Amino acid sequence: MSGAATLPRPRGPSRAAALLGWLRKRAGAMLVFAALIVLWEVAVRAFGVKEYLLPPPSKVWVEFWKRHEIVMGGAWVTTQEILAGYALAVVVSIPLALTIAYSRFMEQSVYPVIVFLQIIPKIAIAPLFIIWFGFGFTPKLLLVFLLSFFPIVVASIAGFKSADRDVMDFARTTGASSLRMFLKISLPQALPQIFTGLKVGAALAATAAVVAEFVASDKGLGYLLLQYNGQLDTPMVFAIIVLLSLIGLAVYYAVEVIERIAIPWHVSQQGGAQDVAL
Amino acid sequence: MDPRLRGEDGIRVMLSVAPLVARADAGAAAVRPVYVDLKGVAKTFRRGHGAAARETHALEAIDLAIREGEFLAIVGPSGCGKSTLLRIIAGLHPASAGEVAVGGARVAGPQTNLGIVFQSPVLLEWRNVLDNVLVQLELRGIDPRAYRERAMQLLAQVGLAEFADRHPHELSGGMRQRVAIVRALIHDAPLLLMDEPFGALDALTREQMRLDLEALWMASKKTVLFITHSIDEAVLLADRVVVMSPRPGRIEREFEVDIPRPRGLEARRHPAFVRIAEEITNIFLARGVLHGAGRAAPSEGDDT
Repeated sequence: MSGAATLPRPRGPSRAAALLGWLRKRAGAMLVFAALIVLWEVAVRAFGVKEYLLPPPSKVWVEFWKRHEIVMGGAWVTTQEILAGYALAVVVSIPLALTIAYSRFMEQSVYPVIVFLQIIPKIAIAPLFIIWFGFGFTPKLLLVFLLSFFPIVVASIAGFKSADRDVMDFARTTGASSLRMFLKISLPQALPQIFTGLKVGAALAATAAVVAEFVASDKGLGYLLLQYNGQLDTPMVFAIIVLLSLIGLAVYYAVEVIERIAIPWHVSQQGGAQDVAL
Repeated sequence: MDPRLRGEDGIRVMLSVAPLVARADAGAAAVRPVYVDLKGVAKTFRRGHGAAARETHALEAIDLAIREGEFLAIVGPSGCGKSTLLRIIAGLHPASAGEVAVGGARVAGPQTNLGIVFQSPVLLEWRNVLDNVLVQLELRGIDPRAYRERAMQLLAQVGLAEFADRHPHELSGGMRQRVAIVRALIHDAPLLLMDEPFGALDALTREQMRLDLEALWMASKKTVLFITHSIDEAVLLADRVVVMSPRPGRIEREFEVDIPRPRGLEARRHPAFVRIAEEITNIFLARGVLHGAGRAAPSEGDDT
């Protein structure tokens, strides 16, 4: 994207033009997506596929709308679990990463344990959480926390340690205090990697919530999904899968929007590469 | 173990009289007081512990005095410890032995009354050019607003006035290094330390940077220590060139460069340039740093 650097920056009133450009850039992907849904609808009807195997998209929508109050209630429960567990992971992992990055003792004692624990398939711990914490909100929150925690902590440690030796040497010749060096150099330098960890953690959070609900619960989208599955109510299963995807996407993009606000310099440096995710 | 206590090395310490000679025949410049003073500075790196420890002698008994306002270049092959020497003067590395004084005060920790430039510009990617210059003051706890005008002035001097609001990733390598130089000058410290500042640039950019640096220096008359592995660069820029030999780093010879300033492109044809560059090349040939085919002419090597 070095070519873009020499061009004059876009300035002025063209917000609408920017939106139009965004649409134009993604028109292809949207068309393909729409075509796939139409193809699905047509194929299911044309070949007479049984509804409990693969319902047409229209049927999924109709069934969802009929029971949207129950489903949206479940979605709200699951969303709360995701947000609370994720928030806890963020609040715990970043300060922990900070102490590991700056304390030799923590790095030698705590960090190896974290690396080891990371290997455990964390989803396998979910039944244990039920034994320990019952059927309520806590085990769900903890599983979301556990899955989001590791990518954030590992990426943040890498971020805090990424400051170049020469940059730090330059900073030392200014006589700046450690706090000032941290605020002006190490922290901004770490942000891109921290955000990478935050996005991976966000993507895992929805998975964790659903798995925890699978194991034991009486509400939430994971619970409803199992119920409808047991009744071979496949349209509702589809509806919930779509809804879960939308929640996961929303959390992920919330983090990405914060990233764009917090480190615009990094995002612009990436040029178009970031947009692939859209 | 202190390397100076070993047999052969001990003798070398006794014989290293080069700085004394330099001080004696430096002429008018010798009147100026010494600003950076190194006496018997040595550096030994240890790797491993106990019996398995391996020692690397990076520097050995360096005696060197840089006078106030002098432009001194150290030229030497990779691994001769010249960068280590610069870091010792800046107080970023402790010396294993010897005394270092800057501005009359003993160096015992990072020095702050200086500007420093490394081979890579080490700019902060999240700050634009102007803010990258002003970070020098922010880190010192000085209100950067008072220095905006001076920063813009210096940026204009190196041709970056229109790029003040650009970010580092929008600049070329040479432009980034100019920002790093302005950042080292903004607080007007008396000493400028440069560690192969043009080492990562292409030959044409290097030549332009050299001319610009000389102009900047002539306007400010700071004491400069310039580390390089380019013979041309050292001779063209410096009042005095110190030649270092490879591991363990020692001062091999010193040359006063008596070429009138400003030294434009034609300075390469000046008899003093030709003579000194040839002598340095011969030292490197004799030391096995260069393996020539009999032609002892200075060459940049990386020209394309």
